Amino acid sequence: MSPSRNPPEAHPTTVRGLTVTFPGLPTVHGVDLDLAPGRLTAVVGESGAGKSVVVAALLGLLPRSAQVGGTLGLPGDGRTPPLQVDLADRSTLARHVRGRRVSLVPQSPSTWITPVRTLRSQLDEAARAVRGRRTPRADVDAAVRRATSRAHLPDDLLDRYPHEVSGGQLQRAALALALVGGARLLLADEPTTGLDPELAELALGQLRAEADAGAAVLVVTHDLEAAELVADEVVVLYAGRVVEQARADALFETPAHPYTAGLLDSLPGRAFVPVPGDPPGPGEHGSGCVFRPRCAHAFDACAQAPALTHPGGTDRSRVVACHRPLVAAAGSRS
Amino acid sequence: MTVHARGLSARYGRGPRVLQDVDLDVAPGETVGVCGPSGSGKSTLARVLSLLHEPAAGSLTVDGTAVTRWGPAAAPTLRRRTGVVFQSPRAAVDPRHDLRAAIAEPLLLAPRAERVPNVRARVDELAASVGLAPALLGRRPHQVSDGQLQRACLARAVATDPAVLVCDEMTAMLDASSTARLVHEVTAWQVRSGAAVVAVSHDAALLGRWSDRLLVLREGRVVQPDVVRDRR
Repeated sequence: MSPSRNPPEAHPTTVRGLTVTFPGLPTVHGVDLDLAPGRLTAVVGESGAGKSVVVAALLGLLPRSAQVGGTLGLPGDGRTPPLQVDLADRSTLARHVRGRRVSLVPQSPSTWITPVRTLRSQLDEAARAVRGRRTPRADVDAAVRRATSRAHLPDDLLDRYPHEVSGGQLQRAALALALVGGARLLLADEPTTGLDPELAELALGQLRAEADAGAAVLVVTHDLEAAELVADEVVVLYAGRVVEQARADALFETPAHPYTAGLLDSLPGRAFVPVPGDPPGPGEHGSGCVFRPRCAHAFDACAQAPALTHPGGTDRSRVVACHRPLVAAAGSRS
Repeated sequence: MTVHARGLSARYGRGPRVLQDVDLDVAPGETVGVCGPSGSGKSTLARVLSLLHEPAAGSLTVDGTAVTRWGPAAAPTLRRRTGVVFQSPRAAVDPRHDLRAAIAEPLLLAPRAERVPNVRARVDELAASVGLAPALLGRRPHQVSDGQLQRACLARAVATDPAVLVCDEMTAMLDASSTARLVHEVTAWQVRSGAAVVAVSHDAALLGRWSDRLLVLREGRVVQPDVVRDRR
């Protein structure tokens, strides 16, 4: 399951300026993401950072009370033209994006898959929902076969009900459901939380294998060890903002943002010291750097909100929003 | 010994025994970690020790008193001496109550002899002792993070000043920082109270940092003698 460090390809799926505001509560503030085919990107951060909201926004699944801004740029391939979608446009997301170009691998297959119907009938339904009701039987079967073989779900299980297969097989069925519409961007929200270690490992292995097979994969997780295991890129989200983004190996070895460093220090395999204080709730932070009240490195300049910039040194793949990054080149600290 | 268990076996209904002949001693102030793969009986052991599930065989003594009844029939005095923190804080509190009401509940249910004169002040004290800001007490569960809610559950579990605290996958839903924070709060409370702690988790790295000794279960049996680890 070691991450293959595929080079980023020319045509990533792009998220630009994603902003989400629940009534009176600004939750996500201008998040940009580049999700390249063959790459697995992990979004990490404490609970409440807005990670799940990002996933729901990309699928058009936020409640109507949420104001969403920003755009989703989907690259074309041989079969489909490129598509630029306003993320506030839920109907386009529902009709042309969700399940077709972008799909969700559920956190808990046992609550996602209907217990009263066979796996095959649910896969058929999903395939028809994407391709149209009048799709010939043979085409539906072919789509289901492609998805189940990619998910390593044996054919002889398809006529069983969910309770007649094991947890791991159900997880494979859930992945097949996500793949059956032909989506090239897979999203997973906390794929390991609450799962026992064997199932968690299977879930991560599946996502890694999909990236290796050419899909763009975005995993939202608070499980830093999972991110370290499978991610190519890591995005650190704090209070709805990207505070650091880097290649996974670089980020886990030398975190640049004090928040990233604090998160890593809280792992039992490291210092096992929590980040001091609590993260701000939506709309609770004042001006300046949002992490300032919890930051041991804060100084006068932090009264101004920092922009995402490349820290000193030559690592152009890393950006950090900090006036005093921990990996600044010698002499460039203020 | 605060917890003294001999030959504990347990089953669900007429099913097979999922816990077989488990011996466990936990001294005052000691933390024993219980780990093992899924299905090994960890959570069943936690349920027996927290008086929720009656064992099929064996004996259990808590703080010098033999346990004879489990579940709803368990002796109220023993239940008050046994605190539990469950895996999912969202499932463990009433979503309609604010955190203050959640923490106050065991105080309000206390028998006459154990009632505190000022419940409000005692809740403030308990909340402060687990690092919950006073402003959070007026919020309901959906308005706080998992980590904050789990700290409220800890405050509620220790409100009756238990002799033993059972933590059943207490951190499984939490992010790394909230996990470290909660474990530090449990340890700090334990140092003040001298209670015994049983920490159930599938996370061996976490138990390695948290517990004094480790009990490894597999298919319902203890498979490895206690490993003594350095307390940090």
